[in-house]
Amino acid sequence: MYAELPTDPRPRGLAGTDEAGVGVQLGQRTAIYVYEAPVRLWHWVNALLIVVLIATGFFIGRPLPSMPGEASDAFLMGYIRFAHFAAGQALVVAYLARIFWAFVGNKHSRQIFYIPFWNARWWKEVVWEAKWYLFLVPEPKKYEGHNPLAHLAMFTMFNLTLVFLILTGCALYAEGQGQGSWWFAAFGWVIDLLGPNTLWVHTLHRAAMWVMLVFAIIHIYAAIREDIMSRQSMISTMLSGERMFKDDGQ
Amino acid sequence: MARLETFYDVIRRQGISRRNFMKFCSLTAASLGLGPAFVPKIAHAMETKPRIPVLWLHGLECTCCSESFIRSAHPLVKDVVLSMISLDYDDTLMASAGHQAEAILEEIRHEYKGRYIAAIEGNPPLADDGMYCIIGGRPFVEQLREVCDDSMAVISWGSCASWGCVQAAKPNPTQATPVDKVIKNKPIIKVPGCPPIAEVMTGVITYMLTFDRIPELDRQGRPTMFYGQRIHDKCYRRPHFDAGQFVEAWDDDQARKGYCLYKMGCKGPTTYNACSTVRWNDGLSFPIQSGHGCIGCSEDGFWDKGPFYSRLTDIPQFGAEANADSIGGAVAGVVTAAVAAHAGVSAVHRARTKAGMTTPPQPPTP
Ligand code: HEM
Ligand code: HEM
Ligand code: SF4
Repeated sequence: MYAELPTDPRPRGLAGTDEAGVGVQLGQRTAIYVYEAPVRLWHWVNALLIVVLIATGFFIGRPLPSMPGEASDAFLMGYIRFAHFAAGQALVVAYLARIFWAFVGNKHSRQIFYIPFWNARWWKEVVWEAKWYLFLVPEPKKYEGHNPLAHLAMFTMFNLTLVFLILTGCALYAEGQGQGSWWFAAFGWVIDLLGPNTLWVHTLHRAAMWVMLVFAIIHIYAAIREDIMSRQSMISTMLSGERMFKDDGQ
Repeated sequence: MARLETFYDVIRRQGISRRNFMKFCSLTAASLGLGPAFVPKIAHAMETKPRIPVLWLHGLECTCCSESFIRSAHPLVKDVVLSMISLDYDDTLMASAGHQAEAILEEIRHEYKGRYIAAIEGNPPLADDGMYCIIGGRPFVEQLREVCDDSMAVISWGSCASWGCVQAAKPNPTQATPVDKVIKNKPIIKVPGCPPIAEVMTGVITYMLTFDRIPELDRQGRPTMFYGQRIHDKCYRRPHFDAGQFVEAWDDDQARKGYCLYKMGCKGPTTYNACSTVRWNDGLSFPIQSGHGCIGCSEDGFWDKGPFYSRLTDIPQFGAEANADSIGGAVAGVVTAAVAAHAGVSAVHRARTKAGMTTPPQPPTP
């Protein structure tokens, strides 16, 4: 059945991506340095923190079975919450550092922070990539940075969700710190905006956790799958920073 | 009605001794969190200042605020504050009724224009021109507007006046509306709770009467002295929360041991009120102490943020009894299944491609 499909009309060889993430032709090169060290470091630190935050956050809303013994002998909920708050604050610092790097790093470091919304060609390539995942086209295009579909997911499901989690998380933290705290002065507006009953802020923070979890499932699967099936390297790219193109020089 | 009476005159005329008056002043100072140095200041203010009238209106409500108020723990406080207030207008407490009562309202409104406090219990229903709450033959919202317009400040008693409360629960057929959504031109002090704690009510009103100004308010318009902390912050079961010791079912062993009620849906962690410090009925108890979680009755929208007996709240947009975990868990489950299926199809696809069943792309033989 695949024989009936039209052959990819584009010339073979290396494709790059322009500033908007749209595929462009490049010269013959086998490896391109895509993710600089700070981006890679951030990726793994951030991934670890998010795993910790999801695990601890889940048990904040649905605590583990009761601890035996005297209250003074245990501090389970206290430690879980402490781990969540510590990881949450580390995540904020890491994210701010990542934003800083978007200003000074290479063009790929900026990719997850915006989408070329008005670029029709980019949207076409999103569709192309979606078709690739639906087995409707025989092969994906090549990209130096994130492919357009991944780019879209990185921006919406990851980036926007993370900003939301950070804002609501800091607002909840501010609530715990008390109304006189600088946290409250800085993030109280989130409660005014979403609340004013902070129970609802808890619910939204928790719902956003699920969005992030779904992103992580899809993302990890797609990264492994792309590594095996697409025309470029994936996981090693997030380790070494270099993108290898497998069908180079055909 | 005497015109330039001071509070002290009124109090003495009610038969309260000077000794009791001084006791009242120190009690008030304590409940407001003020030091002993403030006792003479309060006493002085009450002896010299002309009495400020209070008009207490009742809209759509259940009168639990008044019930709470007249049960103020210290009889002295109750007597003093009541004698300051019931002199004017409070249709459930005053002696006069009917036209006579309405006449008092008019009189105070004109003679003390801009110098009295409007205390509002309940809220106005706005649907159908306000006909769901008629006072003296007219919609309550009209009385509310008139009285508030000529007042110097407005107190919103209880969750009804502050947030809307149960009569504003979805779908809110009478369009019950909190006072601050109707009255825009006056300072409004919200004293939420269903009902608010008696000592909190008397504390707020005494503060305003003696100091001639409104207490410090938080971002939502509640006096910080009573609503600055959550129930959870001062709950005596908090050590069990931090330890991870919870009541798992009503009447289980943990319930008998007095463990934390978080898993039973206690809303203490999101409720700003003084119950866990001031408590109720002369400091006797409060809901958590009696073994039932806090339902968050002083918080906005508590009536629609159920269930009361579950930590995770419903997300009404997704139908009945759907919470973040049931929705998120279902989505995550579907996505995981889809990922597994996709992985399977991908493997088959790849095996076929490897076997050379396709023309494009020609994979280089490794
Ligand atoms: C990926 C990021 C995050 C995830 C997935 C996450 C997840 C969660 C979850 C599921 C809960 C439980 C909600 C509930 O049922 O009440 C929670 C609570 C909370 N989170 Fe996060 N969170 C994240 C980031 C943050 C950040 C950045 C902060 C800020 C420091 C933060 C602070 C809090 C606080 C203060 C609570 C409430 C704890 C309590 O009520 O005891 N979170 N989080
Ligand atoms: C075993 C776990 C993981 C693996 C193997 C992995 C792998 C990768 C790979 C290969 C990329 C580059 C994708 C590309 O080149 O288009 C990437 C990017 C990214 N991953 Fe992961 N990832 C993992 C976990 C996570 C987790 C848990 C998160 C957060 C929820 C996450 C968030 C991101 C983000 C935001 C990027 C974009 C980085 C940037 O452009 O700055 N990853 N990941
Ligand atoms: S009983 Fe309620 S208010 Fe008290 S510690 Fe537990 S959750 Fe907090």
